Amino acid sequence: HTMDEISAWMNQMERENPDVVSSMIYGKTYEDRNITLLKIGFESTTPKKAVWMDCGIHAREWIAPAFCQHFVKEILGSYKSDSKVNTLFKNLDFYITPVLNMDGYIYSWKEYTTRLWRKSRSPGTGDCTCFGTDLNRNFYANWGMVGISRDCCSDIYNGPTALSEPEAKAVTDFLGAYQNEMLCYLTIHSYGQLILVPYGHPNISAPNYDELMEVGLAAAKAITAVHGKSYKVGTPPDILYANSGSSRDFARLIGIPYSFTFELRDEGNYGFILPEDQIQPTCEEAYQGAMSIINYVHDKNFKSAAITVTATLWTTLTALYISSANVF
Amino acid sequence: MLCAHWSRLRRVSSRSCCATALRSTHSSTRLSSSPERIMKTFCSVWLLLSVVELSPAQEPPLPETAEDMASTGDLEPTHYPARRAAQVALHYLNTRHGSPFRVFGLQQVHKASAEDVEAGGRKYKLDFSVTDWASGSAGPALRCSADVLFPRTERHSAPDVKLRCEALQQINRTVQEEEAFYQKHIPPDSAVSARDIPDSYGNMSEEMQPFWRLARVAASFIMLRESSENTEFNMVQMASVTQQESSEEQLMLEFVVLLHDLPSQEIVQWKLLASWSPDRGVRVLQTEWQPRCPHATKPPN
Repeated sequence: HTMDEISAWMNQMERENPDVVSSMIYGKTYEDRNITLLKIGFESTTPKKAVWMDCGIHAREWIAPAFCQHFVKEILGSYKSDSKVNTLFKNLDFYITPVLNMDGYIYSWKEYTTRLWRKSRSPGTGDCTCFGTDLNRNFYANWGMVGISRDCCSDIYNGPTALSEPEAKAVTDFLGAYQNEMLCYLTIHSYGQLILVPYGHPNISAPNYDELMEVGLAAAKAITAVHGKSYKVGTPPDILYANSGSSRDFARLIGIPYSFTFELRDEGNYGFILPEDQIQPTCEEAYQGAMSIINYVHDKNFKSAAITVTATLWTTLTALYISSANVF
Repeated sequence: MLCAHWSRLRRVSSRSCCATALRSTHSSTRLSSSPERIMKTFCSVWLLLSVVELSPAQEPPLPETAEDMASTGDLEPTHYPARRAAQVALHYLNTRHGSPFRVFGLQQVHKASAEDVEAGGRKYKLDFSVTDWASGSAGPALRCSADVLFPRTERHSAPDVKLRCEALQQINRTVQEEEAFYQKHIPPDSAVSARDIPDSYGNMSEEMQPFWRLARVAASFIMLRESSENTEFNMVQMASVTQQESSEEQLMLEFVVLLHDLPSQEIVQWKLLASWSPDRGVRVLQTEWQPRCPHATKPPN
């Protein structure tokens, strides 16, 4: 879908589901477009915990915005009937940005020769004649340390400075403001069939690396169960290539405990230009993967009824013990 | 006692449960009171329940450091160094056995190891499986082993590949389709020409598929030649195909292909002239690197 179609669809989702969907503009692109997300969940007077998803940080990865749209459609279509999704809507707010790099995305739709554009569309600074910064190298997360190029014509040019790009700044500011609520950060890319965990730098490990790997492996299993496609799980320096300045790393560094990059289909046969008949299956399997992670994060933070009962029982017994000990 | 066994549990409640259990054993000088016994029983049950819920399905692999990778020895098969070397072996396989109806893709790396060699290069030994993309998910997997040597010279030189695949001759040769395709396009009046396959939206007509696969096989010659331990190439589009006059009973095709290198994320454009026939397979006669313009769209000041 074109950017215009996606924007229109976002408005439609908001109109048709006013009690659970609202939109928020949280920044502007270089070409002055409004970066918009959909906030989805039951309304609440108290602040709710949150899950973030962004798609389309890289313009040519068209399957990613398709997935965000699919994800929104699925949860809106099931929250009334599916008790699990209903509970998610109660306890969490989803913040979903279907297309983050709108300028780049629109540019990639322009003509055949622009289809494989990746970066933003800000002009080069100084005597650079090339356009664009790789948004996923521009974040304030070990910026400039590894896996980047200082050649502004390169597809992994990390920008003149960290957060030089308004798109990266918009995400940074939003995540910073919602730091305490944000439980999970998901960013969707292609291709490779990978689930990446922090960090992109080979010499740093996330404190919850073991847990992130477990959660990632469970998600990969959920994905394979749908259409048999295998996704590998690991840090970028292990299974892809070292990099720095990524949004996923930034999210983990400011304390969002569960931060993952999804690299969707395929493994290199068609790459970025995925055949139309693979869009739906890719979205279906990725949905299960994302939900696997989201459900884990939810269940960890919102203890189920059984555990609450046991905890109460435990507290009562402790009280009994203490009181009887005092008698002695 | 129980704490040592269940040391992986992180829940506060279970830790305090452990602490209480310890405390109750230490205070064994006191008469064993019923609250204590209740506590111990509850604690054990609680810990048991927690373990049942929390035990993970698999152990996650330990992170490898850069130093691990550079040293001699076994490589993690799912990590990129083994995968990149396997892709190079795949490119080699496709140059030898690819056709308009057969392109091989990597299914899985089973085992891999690497060692530095005397002449100053690095040799990878690989055990992996491949499938024929053209037959889709229905196709069987072929087991292969390969030695891939990346030379370490000042100027880049092509990797050297020695490859053995099981039962290569036995898989269904697509002889009939190849013959039909050849006969259709060898006559002098055949002048196939097309652009942007697949198109931006991923569409490719059935008629174009064999040409796309030929482009992919021809591109394998280039990808093989240009590969190093720091690259990972895929063909993302056949930008154009223009049939040339047939020569020596070979289909002659001029391709422009777009290659994608994963680590640098660059799109690299090559023009090449290739020949094909069912008997001789694909041969690449000329290659020419082409600069791409979209980057530099800002006019110089």
